[in-house]
Amino acid sequence: MSELKQVEREALDALQGVATAEALAAWKSKYLGSKGVVRDLLSKIASIPAEARKAYGQEVNALKDALTSAFDAREAQLAQAALQRDLEGGALDVTLDGRPRQSGRLHPSTQTLRQIMAIWADMGFQVYKSRDVELDDMNFTQLNFPPDHPARDMQDTFYTVDPSVILRTHTSPGQIRAMHELGENGTQPIRVVLPGMCYRFEQITTRSEVQFHQVEGLVVGRNVRMSDLKGTFTQFLKRLFGENTAVRFRASYFPFTEPSMEIDVECFLCGGAGCRVCKYTGWLEVAGSGMVHPNVLRNGGYDPSVWSGFAFGMGPERITMLKHDIQDIRYFWGNDLRFLGQF
Amino acid sequence: MQVPLSWLKEFVEIDQPAEWVAERLTVAGLEVAHIRYVGVPQQTIEGIRQPKSHHLVWARDKILLGAIREVKPHPNADRLVLAMVDYGAGELEQCVTGAPNLRPYLGQGELDPPLWTAFALEGAVVYDGHSEERKLMTLKGKELRGIYNKSMVCSELELGISDEHEGVILMEERAGFVAGTPLQDVLGDVVFDIELTPNLGHCYSVLGVARELAALTNKPLRVQLDANVPVLQEGDSIFGQAKIEIRNPDLNPRFTAMLLKGTQVKPSPYWVQYRLKLSGQRPINNIVDVTNYVTFEMGQPLHAFDYDKLVQRAGGGVPTIITRTPEPGETLETLDGVKRVLGENQILVCDTAGVLSLGGIIGGAETEISETTTNVLLEAASWHFINIRKTCQAQKVFTEAATRFSRNIHPSRAIIGCRRGIELMRQWGGGMVAKDALDEYPKPPAPLCIDLPISEVKRLLGVELSVQNVAEMLTRLAFDVTLMGDTLRVGVPDYRTDMSEGVVGMADLVEEIARVMGYDNIPNTMLHDQTPPQRTNVRNEFEERVRDICVSLGLTENISYRMTAPELEAMLTPQGLPSSLPQARYVQLANPIASDKTVMRHTLLVSLLHNALLNARFTPRQQVFEVGHVYLLGEGQTLPDELLRLGVLMTGARSESAWMQQSSETVDFYDMKGVIEGVLRGLRLRDVRYTLGGHSSLHPARSATVHVGEQAVGAFGELHPLVASAFKLTGAPVLVAELDLEALLALAPKRHAVKPLPITPAVLEDIALVVDESLPAAQVETVIRKAGGALLRDVRLFDVYRGANLPPNSKSLAYALTYQTDEKTLTDKDVAKVRARIVQAAERELNAKLRS
Repeated sequence: MSELKQVEREALDALQGVATAEALAAWKSKYLGSKGVVRDLLSKIASIPAEARKAYGQEVNALKDALTSAFDAREAQLAQAALQRDLEGGALDVTLDGRPRQSGRLHPSTQTLRQIMAIWADMGFQVYKSRDVELDDMNFTQLNFPPDHPARDMQDTFYTVDPSVILRTHTSPGQIRAMHELGENGTQPIRVVLPGMCYRFEQITTRSEVQFHQVEGLVVGRNVRMSDLKGTFTQFLKRLFGENTAVRFRASYFPFTEPSMEIDVECFLCGGAGCRVCKYTGWLEVAGSGMVHPNVLRNGGYDPSVWSGFAFGMGPERITMLKHDIQDIRYFWGNDLRFLGQF
Repeated sequence: MQVPLSWLKEFVEIDQPAEWVAERLTVAGLEVAHIRYVGVPQQTIEGIRQPKSHHLVWARDKILLGAIREVKPHPNADRLVLAMVDYGAGELEQCVTGAPNLRPYLGQGELDPPLWTAFALEGAVVYDGHSEERKLMTLKGKELRGIYNKSMVCSELELGISDEHEGVILMEERAGFVAGTPLQDVLGDVVFDIELTPNLGHCYSVLGVARELAALTNKPLRVQLDANVPVLQEGDSIFGQAKIEIRNPDLNPRFTAMLLKGTQVKPSPYWVQYRLKLSGQRPINNIVDVTNYVTFEMGQPLHAFDYDKLVQRAGGGVPTIITRTPEPGETLETLDGVKRVLGENQILVCDTAGVLSLGGIIGGAETEISETTTNVLLEAASWHFINIRKTCQAQKVFTEAATRFSRNIHPSRAIIGCRRGIELMRQWGGGMVAKDALDEYPKPPAPLCIDLPISEVKRLLGVELSVQNVAEMLTRLAFDVTLMGDTLRVGVPDYRTDMSEGVVGMADLVEEIARVMGYDNIPNTMLHDQTPPQRTNVRNEFEERVRDICVSLGLTENISYRMTAPELEAMLTPQGLPSSLPQARYVQLANPIASDKTVMRHTLLVSLLHNALLNARFTPRQQVFEVGHVYLLGEGQTLPDELLRLGVLMTGARSESAWMQQSSETVDFYDMKGVIEGVLRGLRLRDVRYTLGGHSSLHPARSATVHVGEQAVGAFGELHPLVASAFKLTGAPVLVAELDLEALLALAPKRHAVKPLPITPAVLEDIALVVDESLPAAQVETVIRKAGGALLRDVRLFDVYRGANLPPNSKSLAYALTYQTDEKTLTDKDVAKVRARIVQAAERELNAKLRS
């Protein structure tokens, strides 16, 4: 039976020389394949004398087992070596840039608007939108600006060729529309935020624009007090600017609120110590607000001796500028992708 | 408004620092926008933020009040003199100076009273008067033409008071002047720059601010300026020397006048000039200065006429002042040298010879005070505030007087101002005031009284206050309060023209209470009122969803000007083609700010193309969108329809270049179509069809109209080459889209069902069909789907081939077909049957050939 031993030695020697997966497969095919040497030896069993068959069969099977386990060992060895090579070789330059992904972005104004709306939504304020091109009556008279009143000087207006129609100078006319639409003739309370584009007749400079967003808020109820305005707005500002934000309320004047107030927050860039953004005052003016004027409630269909309310207004562009130290408001509608790409 | 602290102190005791006062005024609604320090140091107050001031502080031991006792000649220089200054040291300091205003005192020997001046000793820091720019210098001793000098008499410029450097400060003697007093204590001051909101007309004066401070600090007013303000009247009665006639009492409710005879026009005393300068007013002469002084002091503007010129105009008779509206074509040359054509309702002060001044706004040149004036007729009147405002705007003239009148000054102020003014003129210029006053006051307004139930305070402020407490606060603001149980009957001071009656008046009072108590002292509470009905804003949610979908498709959001010009939108339509823009009127601005912003837009495309051009230089690869309104004014509409549109623009490379990928392919029609499909799929829209062309701004062969069901909802594709060149976008192809979001909002399903995952294996198979070149792929797919029936789950076109081995004018469309049913696992036999049906249908209906 040295023939089998011969085959075994030959095969094992050959296996030692196998270094690649292909060679390994070829070796397996040659010795253990369906037309391989072992199968060939097995098929010769018929020509073996009957008495020797059993022993022959056992020996060929032993050969097969030996070759199979040698193969498995070699295969594992080669896999291990390949794994080792893979792990050790060809380290990448991890400092090279990644493959660019296509990603879109929301405009910074939209991002700030959403942030503002989300906070108010948590407090039960829903979005109400009203038109950009507005009746002069809605923008002014209904909001308690008498015709030709000096308060109109606070608002530089874009007029249209129809003298009764203007571009809204603030989102406040939406107050009247919301009261008419949601108030059910002065019988239902209201809690809404009114975002939208407003327009002012101004030169376009780094600090002033002809159009800008505003977010108005309006609450009307049977039991709405200035203390509620202060408390609610303080909560809003703490969420927008941080838990420790100091807030200052200052008396002011808007024809459509009484009492009226300006709301300042402590400058979040310098912590109130004074810097360029807060013009060294330590305070940033972020909103105007007040209790809804009795005439405005009346114009909205409510009895001002029973109903009261508060309103506020703020500018998302201004807030965005403050938050990101943006010095030029013209960036917002300039749509330069080098600007938009930073948000 | 510039208000010196020293002037305020004349009316109210102030023992708090200026910074505290500024903060308190600001919080009470009188915003101190800026504090100007004159010679005195800034103070830091705990809890109050003020910007750091970088001003000159006058050293208390080196910059002093000095008394010039004698002016001697300089032995070696004609242009210099020696001022012998007493600064409280016992000996006189010999100070070399070139001040021209000391030369007249040369050779007058000892001066008694002395000339009081600002005196600086060696080591003092002052501004360099000889330097072009403002820079500080330290005073050092040195020889000046042979005489050693180590001190200086100062000009206003050197002390940082004004730009005045023509001479040194020379003050008349005043009670309490002691040589050697630190100058800080004499001229040192703090000036508040107060920005007043339109309702605060009654605060538009030193007195007005002082009243507020008195109320806020709970101190009494030191000086009451009322109708009893004292005047020494020793001349003959004014009756018979002038007359007044008011023809339009609505526009001119009151006119008062007093007469001063035998006065002398000359410069005002230094302290008056100083005060006016700190208040931002250039001193002119004592008579004109009085009119300004009283305007600043109590808020009632005055106007002084040269009485003799009036007599002259009356032909030597008794002048009659007539206030009236203009005759057609009447003109007036005003003090500012402008000849004005007078419009209707622009009320005038006239006499029988013609127009004298524009009432309440600006005087005429002819009767103004001159150096030779000796007799002065002083006017203090009252004008309708809205009419004043309209006239100012029409005439484009804004004066201190008009600014105040346009804030509604009560007519009661007129006679007070008249008396105060004529007395100051007498004091500063001499002469005798005529007895009596002319006072036409046809329609005095009724006094205002408001009943305020105490419950209103709690209802509106959310804070519980007692009637006594509220009464005390209102009394501090000079309201006349009577308690009637739980109601306060509040008499309103006449000058409070910002107050109303009834329920508005109550709110007005509540605001006053809040201001006096301080907004900080009102508690912070959360809303506890009934929660209103909750509503979802479907339209808003849809709009935001579109934005999110666009961002997820890799687009960056633009927000553009919503104003444009019709000429720009017209550029979207190549000449000779019909416009595809909405057929509607524009909302047209009456006062556009620029020629490219004259109307509200009808389309987003101009904005997008404009942005693309601006970005082209720096960012050639652009993939952007905008969601916003267009404004369509239909026939008969006053207000436009404001309709939501989605605009998309893509240009430049398909993907970003990087070290591992050099992107050379630019975006084409199918990139944009991918975006449109992404948007529509994101909105769950079904039954979408695309047809070639249909929009004249787009390339007719490389654009499509989008249909959902039967409705066209927008168009997209490559910009028409003529439009591209009109917008100077001549580089890479520009792909644009505009979709009607109003239509999509209406069409988008409210909900969509999710298909269950398959439970049987799918059979995948490819077929290629050779069809005529002109056959749209969508039609082939329709036929395949129909023939495939229920077992054909999905059809996907994966290759379009045109080549030599195909018949001319044909193309091969290769489809990957997925067969699947939940009923059972499909066999090859099942699939072969369906496939045969598909091929037959394609041959029959499309004249297609199966490609082998």
